[in-house]
Amino acid sequence: MRNPQLNSNGELQHLLTIDGLPREILTAILDTAAPFTEVAEREVKKLPLLRGKSVFNLFFENSTRTRTTFEIAAKRLSADVINLNISTSSTAKGETLLDTVDNLCAMQADMFVVRHAASGAPFLMAQHLAAMGLEHIHVINAGDGRHAHPTQGLLDMYTIRHYKKDFSGLTVAIVGDLLHSRVARSQIHALTALGVPEVRVIGPKTLIPTEIDRLGVRVFHDMRAGLKDADVVMMLRLQNERMQGALLPSPQEFFKYYGLTADKLECARPDAIVMHPGPMNRGVEIDSAVADGPHAVILPQVTFGIAVRMAVMSMLAGT
Amino acid sequence: MALPDAEALCAALAEGMRTCLHPETALVGIHTGGVWVAERLHAALGLKTPLGSIDVAFYRDDFGRSGLHPQLKPSDIPFDVEDRPIVIVDDVLYTGRTIRAAMNELFDYGRPSRIDLAVLVDRGGRELPVCPRWTAHVLELVSDKNLQLERSESGVLSLRLIDA
Repeated sequence: MRNPQLNSNGELQHLLTIDGLPREILTAILDTAAPFTEVAEREVKKLPLLRGKSVFNLFFENSTRTRTTFEIAAKRLSADVINLNISTSSTAKGETLLDTVDNLCAMQADMFVVRHAASGAPFLMAQHLAAMGLEHIHVINAGDGRHAHPTQGLLDMYTIRHYKKDFSGLTVAIVGDLLHSRVARSQIHALTALGVPEVRVIGPKTLIPTEIDRLGVRVFHDMRAGLKDADVVMMLRLQNERMQGALLPSPQEFFKYYGLTADKLECARPDAIVMHPGPMNRGVEIDSAVADGPHAVILPQVTFGIAVRMAVMSMLAGT
Repeated sequence: MALPDAEALCAALAEGMRTCLHPETALVGIHTGGVWVAERLHAALGLKTPLGSIDVAFYRDDFGRSGLHPQLKPSDIPFDVEDRPIVIVDDVLYTGRTIRAAMNELFDYGRPSRIDLAVLVDRGGRELPVCPRWTAHVLELVSDKNLQLERSESGVLSLRLIDA
């Protein structure tokens, strides 16, 4: 079966997940993003690539950073951006996802940026568009359930490449709540596809999915051992809102064992970079001294995110 | 068909421009061939404003049909565009669509006092009202041929005719 994200020419039609995308496409996205970073320094921060296109931001879950950077990216490409406030929309009145999509297609949508609590919702949309013969309308997954957050994974790869130049000799540690994290899944697929030789995951047994080692990662429950000689430390947010049952004794205890402090960071390489997808829980998964310290590249991640999202949108619009 | 020597054309182009340039003039080469020509002109004319370069892929009018070229180069305009005379430099002038895209891009950096165009070869076939101020060579080519500027490993420029 063809990868549902690719068209018959092997070009990216939708961006739903990093899982299964060939390295060439990931590298092409990162390469395309590079010239877009320069646009932010211009007098007029606008390119005409998506002029006359309508981009619908459909956020069925809350988001500030992702929704805003998608909006900025689309606007810098001259698209018309429509943000739907789902909590007060017809979905709240009982309309199904696909009925919402049909209605927006009737309003000449060209691209959907969708975040949904249900894993697979963007895939369902893409499948529906194909069934309706609307292949020219593109879907970008901005985070679905526990499944994937591909643009976050890509902007993380862009950040790593920016600081480390090359993926081939790196040791990367992903720390924290992997159980609920769609970000971690996208990061793992991207890192392994791009040829990072050592990907580690660190966290308590209750927050590491069983059999995650089948994705090609090494599992550590001791943080200092997992951080040893790491080039890149990718922290994850403790997702309190998704916790069911007693997965953790308390945030304080989590911080004691898995919170990134300057002391624990000393186990990593002296030139290690520290990343976080945001929003940060200071004093839970990361200490303020580290979050604001010299190793942190958390704010550059946000800036690069705009260029990466511009690259994805213009690549999709060009197919 | 015998093609003229590209290096000699660069030298001739520089001589044609020499007396007409304002001291503040900046050259902007269009990736990739135009940048090579602009480098030659910049050295030959001894201009003090640093050389600029642009990749017009973001501004092309055929984006909807052909998509993005995967090997994009970042544009680099290392001077203030506002009120400055600018010469756009390209290797081969054909439809004029690239030049239109380049002018659109330049205006996103500021308002130049004037823009001129210098090309190595004008091959005819214009689809827009674009006319270069300086041309080193004029050649009428049929539409199934493309003229391409190439650079050897030792850095020597030459013209080559290929099938479109």
